[in-house]
Amino acid sequence: MTAIRRFLSLVLVHGFLLAGAAFVLLPFVWMLVTSIKPPDEIFTATLRLWPRHFSAIENYRYALTSAPLLRFAFNGLIVCAGILLVQLLVGIPCAYALAKLRFPGRNLLFMLTLLALAIPVQVPALPLYIALAKVGLLNTYFSIMLPFFLSVFAIFLLRQFFKGFPDDIIQAARLDGMREIEIVWRIVVPSSLPAIAAFAVFSFVAHWNDLYWPLIVISDANLATPPLGMLFFSDAETGSNYGALTAAATILTAPLVVAFLLARRQFIAGITMTGVK
Amino acid sequence: MTAVALDAALRASRRRERLEKLTGMGFAFPATLLLVLTSLAPLVVLIVMSFTDYDLGNLGFKFIGLGNFAKAMGDSVFRRSLWNTFIYVAIVLPLAVGLGLVVAILVYGRKRTRAFYEIVYFLPVTSTLIAMATVWSFLLHPKLGPINALLGLVGVQPRAFLSDPALALPTLAVIGIWHLVGFNMVLFLAGLTAIPKDLYEAAAIDGCANPVDRFLKITWPMLGPTTMFVIVTTSITAFKVFDTVAVMTHGGPMGSSEVLLYSIYLEGFQYFHTAYAAALTVVFLAFLLVFSAIQAFVLDRRTHYG
Repeated sequence: MTAIRRFLSLVLVHGFLLAGAAFVLLPFVWMLVTSIKPPDEIFTATLRLWPRHFSAIENYRYALTSAPLLRFAFNGLIVCAGILLVQLLVGIPCAYALAKLRFPGRNLLFMLTLLALAIPVQVPALPLYIALAKVGLLNTYFSIMLPFFLSVFAIFLLRQFFKGFPDDIIQAARLDGMREIEIVWRIVVPSSLPAIAAFAVFSFVAHWNDLYWPLIVISDANLATPPLGMLFFSDAETGSNYGALTAAATILTAPLVVAFLLARRQFIAGITMTGVK
Repeated sequence: MTAVALDAALRASRRRERLEKLTGMGFAFPATLLLVLTSLAPLVVLIVMSFTDYDLGNLGFKFIGLGNFAKAMGDSVFRRSLWNTFIYVAIVLPLAVGLGLVVAILVYGRKRTRAFYEIVYFLPVTSTLIAMATVWSFLLHPKLGPINALLGLVGVQPRAFLSDPALALPTLAVIGIWHLVGFNMVLFLAGLTAIPKDLYEAAAIDGCANPVDRFLKITWPMLGPTTMFVIVTTSITAFKVFDTVAVMTHGGPMGSSEVLLYSIYLEGFQYFHTAYAAALTVVFLAFLLVFSAIQAFVLDRRTHYG
């Protein structure tokens, strides 16, 4: 009796989870199969999943030649790497100072950091846009990266992490004659790599996928990040060539999805870090 | 002799303190400078600008007090976009949180299949929403899309999900839910992991054996802080909806999917009504600060459980 009930509950649970999984996967599966279908099979609107004829090569070649998709991905890489580098170079010493050093204005700075945590890029967007326009820096990599050079989230998170670093070790290093900056980069940072890696994933995913700010400062397609490039491409195609559109979507989604499949734990930790404190 | 030693020690300690102060300020300086330049100063400029009549390209401006805010109150586009944003949040919030919780509880009990479900449900979070929104547009296409073909199988007339004013916003909300459930699932999974196992054993001894009882008596109360947190973050994310609107509907049809952030974007960066857009941004920020205040309050309470 209990065996039957157990079996039934398993069927119910998996039934529910699989139905949900099917819904979640639907766009991914349809994206992949549409990207290898010839136009006539796309336009006959059958529910047939697997194509009768393949035009993967045509679709992907068309997508790659009519829009600089690899260029978009490259731009994404440059922008994300640039942002992350500055965020860490600026954020790590500040987080260390807030965690371990006494200096005037420390509490004020920490409170401002907390305030800034609640302010998304859409808020300073107008003044920053005007400033960038005035100095003629719109349509540059610099303009995409500028609002994100300072990550108050990185400072907040790393401060929490650094606070747990033993003071004795820092004192011993000082007595050995190490300078404070060396202590940060050669002792504290190497022992905080898991937190830094999680933040790196968070930052990379957030800025790879960001649309709002690049949409404002970039009109030159050669500088478009992946989401903006996708927007340019889908506007230009006006929904006529779904084979090429889904091929483009596949190419621009693939890097993060592949990275996620390879490093699932770090990804989940990084992206949901905001929640698990 | 001792006085001299004491004096030297005192001086050394003062020197160390001074060095620590200088080092601290030096370490914090680049971050402080960027904080002022990219966040605080723009915030002040934004607020000042919201009281003026400045349009980008104008040579001068004058202060008009609360003129922009009064205009917003009477602006049917703005009022509609605020209303639509709330409707969107009202659809996304209960479903993204509820489904996230249900999926997390069911996945938590799996042993061999847990990794599989975790990967599948989390996949939308990592994917580029703009690219997937393009795919959704195709899925929802009235003639070519498989969703209408599926509905046709069960005898439902094809629907133009994105060009029917009654359906556009709810459709975008469903995509928002699709994008968020996995994120919330992971937060709930972390919350579930933190519940001590012996609570369940103790409850079993006390005769609280069936799953519904266990959920109501242990899981739900213990997840309380996590749930509050998920509710706040989901509200903030839903409140900031922009990407799907910009790609799939452009606020249409007939303004039925105009949302707050999209209106701000249009006013500020398409029509260049800069001061007016600044006022709308101030309204947007005011809502976010309310959410954040709740979040800070919740986080504060959360620590008591920790």
